[in-house]
Amino acid sequence: MLDVVLPHLAHLEDEAIFIMREACAERERPALLFSGGKDSILMLRLAEKAFRPAKFPFPLLHVDTGHNYDEVIAFRDRRVAELGERLIVAKVQDSIDRGTAHDETGPRASRNRLQSVTLLEAISEHKFDVLFGGARRDEDRARAKERIVSVRDSLGQWNPSAQRPELWSLLNLHIRRDQNLRVFPISNWTELDVWQYIAHEQLELPSIYYAHKREVFERDRMLYGVTNAMRPQADERVFEETVRFRTVGDATCTGAVRSQASTIDDVITEIIASDLTERGATRADDKFSEAAMEDRKREGYF
Amino acid sequence: MSNIQTLVCATAGSVDDGKSTLIGRLLLDTRSLMRDQLSHIEEASQRRGLARTDLALITDGLRAEREQGITIDAAWRYFATPKRRFVLADTPGHVQYTRNMITGASQADVAIVLIDAERGLTEQTRRHLAITALLRVPLVFGVVNKMDRVNFSQARFDELVAQANANLSQLPWATTVRYLPVCALDGDNVVERSTRIAWYQGPALLEELETATPSPVEFSAAVLPVQWVIRPQREDYADYRGLAGRIASGRLAVGDPVIVAPAMIPSTIKRIDRSVTDTRPAAKRGESVVVTLADDIDASRGSYVVAGTELPEGLAVRHAITVEVAWMSARPAVKGQRVWVKHQSRRVHAQIAAITHKIDLTTGASVPTDKLAQNDLGTLELVLGDSIVATTYVADRALGSILLIDPTEGDTVGAGLIVES
Ligand SMILES: Nc1nc2c(ncn2[C@@H]2O[C@H](COP(=O)(O)OP(=O)(O)O)[C@@H](O)[C@H]2O)c(=O)[nH]1
Repeated sequence: MLDVVLPHLAHLEDEAIFIMREACAERERPALLFSGGKDSILMLRLAEKAFRPAKFPFPLLHVDTGHNYDEVIAFRDRRVAELGERLIVAKVQDSIDRGTAHDETGPRASRNRLQSVTLLEAISEHKFDVLFGGARRDEDRARAKERIVSVRDSLGQWNPSAQRPELWSLLNLHIRRDQNLRVFPISNWTELDVWQYIAHEQLELPSIYYAHKREVFERDRMLYGVTNAMRPQADERVFEETVRFRTVGDATCTGAVRSQASTIDDVITEIIASDLTERGATRADDKFSEAAMEDRKREGYF
Repeated sequence: MSNIQTLVCATAGSVDDGKSTLIGRLLLDTRSLMRDQLSHIEEASQRRGLARTDLALITDGLRAEREQGITIDAAWRYFATPKRRFVLADTPGHVQYTRNMITGASQADVAIVLIDAERGLTEQTRRHLAITALLRVPLVFGVVNKMDRVNFSQARFDELVAQANANLSQLPWATTVRYLPVCALDGDNVVERSTRIAWYQGPALLEELETATPSPVEFSAAVLPVQWVIRPQREDYADYRGLAGRIASGRLAVGDPVIVAPAMIPSTIKRIDRSVTDTRPAAKRGESVVVTLADDIDASRGSYVVAGTELPEGLAVRHAITVEVAWMSARPAVKGQRVWVKHQSRRVHAQIAAITHKIDLTTGASVPTDKLAQNDLGTLELVLGDSIVATTYVADRALGSILLIDPTEGDTVGAGLIVES
């Protein structure tokens, strides 16, 4: 039992379930962001604990850049079917077709930033008032500052200097009509906590989280998998390497790490030994400026 | 050994007293910083032309914070030593951001209040000490920092300790603060004991934190505030009504007689689940569970399932409460004002019936008033549109605290601590 073997994780689980129930009780139209990545897979397990034997009081929402690893999308659809829940896929391509978003140009183009546009369009189409996200405070300097319940304006913007106080464990989920909420139930978890929980709960993950052979190329001292959306430039040599992914975001900005960790216990051992943060090791999107994440959040990002 | 798995610590004190530096030092000297984080702050320090790495850059995570060189909002950091896991909330010192300091302190087991050895106590130091006292943070450390600037003088240290204690003794809330002399910049008495402060024999801050056993007063009887009712629309669960919530106090066991308050309907605990595949004979404070009762009674969100055949001593159905508040809104609190009160999972309408006094932060004394401005600590009386089932704050932090919410904007305007009327 979790509370016997890993009591601090049981405590984090209790807290996350409390947060999910509180937000669903106080707001009318929540949705849970589900990408097929490990944090959102964990969120689904927490939702099962919070709401079963009933159905979830919310649909799942995937903001799809179209730049995915096939394994992750296949996994996403299978998991949704097993759970018998509803998945809404909001496609960045649809925003581009509507003309509300434009692909970046150049070899470093990424659709990561465009997700904010598509996300906001989905919020207004479905009138969501709460989005559950699997962000953690240990991921990034700006995230370390965000509240569990984060108030966003009609443009989805985070205003870090005007955050609501969050007192004791009392959550204030009230908003004006033009606002909506991002709620982060696993704010206080670390990367290691997530992996230990996944191990304990025996959660299945997309295969790319474990060591596998892949065609990769090196750019800015990071390894990228070759996909439709991510092609090497002329001077970038493609080679085969045994790698795994520590996060699975958009394929254009998520790097792989060299690894032999093929089981969950190997992964946990590797994380304990690692001297790089999860994002530092694998996310190009946060490397551009000192405040990359903050800037994206101000634009309505997750 | 303490049973606290993860110690939650909040730092406080005036701007520039060295909170961020202290946290940076703690993280650095416990090897809790990753290589990319370290190179990030080294590069940033060089870009700024600083002679040495500015440790404060670790926690200042917002653009405006780096531009203005101040901490605006609390940052949460997680680290562990072989002895314990820690959550550190670095909270801002600026008076304008006091609400963010209260956010950190309300959740903390331990508060670390910095005092600048050279500059001495400021109004904001006094405010933060008063807030930790008001919130009854179980354990408070007064860290006298920048001892290098006063030649590591014991006389100066003693003088500041005496001043802080004199101030605290005037407050209506009893606290004891443990003081220690520190130089966060160089690391003296942060992780390692200092050789430069020979007159101080006590442990370094980290040792104190690793062995601290803060023991907040907790209400002993079991109370489960109902958050959510699980009613599956499924044939195999036709009559199922699962009362979901997080146990606020005590321990609840199958077979226990209970009262569903405030309606005061008796029943018995039939079943306790942590999940559909994890059924338990009992569960305790802090656990999120689903409970089913032996009788089909009307318990819904905002109800309280209380162990026993009547309400235990100290827990009462209240229609009016007196609260000590930290007022956070730019609009002052005035008599007649309407607010929402949130207690546990229950929200009721309320009206401020009277404002009686506030704390003068320079002396610590209570003075009569009829208005509370932003960042004031004071006392007010509320009449409630519907009842809540609560203890006092001194009996239990969770069952004795409320939020005051502005009904128009939805913002949190005050943190309220229930006192005996
Ligand atoms: N001489 C000296 N300076 C310090 C010490 N601790 C912090 N400082 C300096 O005091 C200034 C403010 O520190 P900072 O950590 O940003 O303070 P905060 O506003 O409380 O977070 C910085 O210039 C630090 O380098 C110390 O122990 N000795």
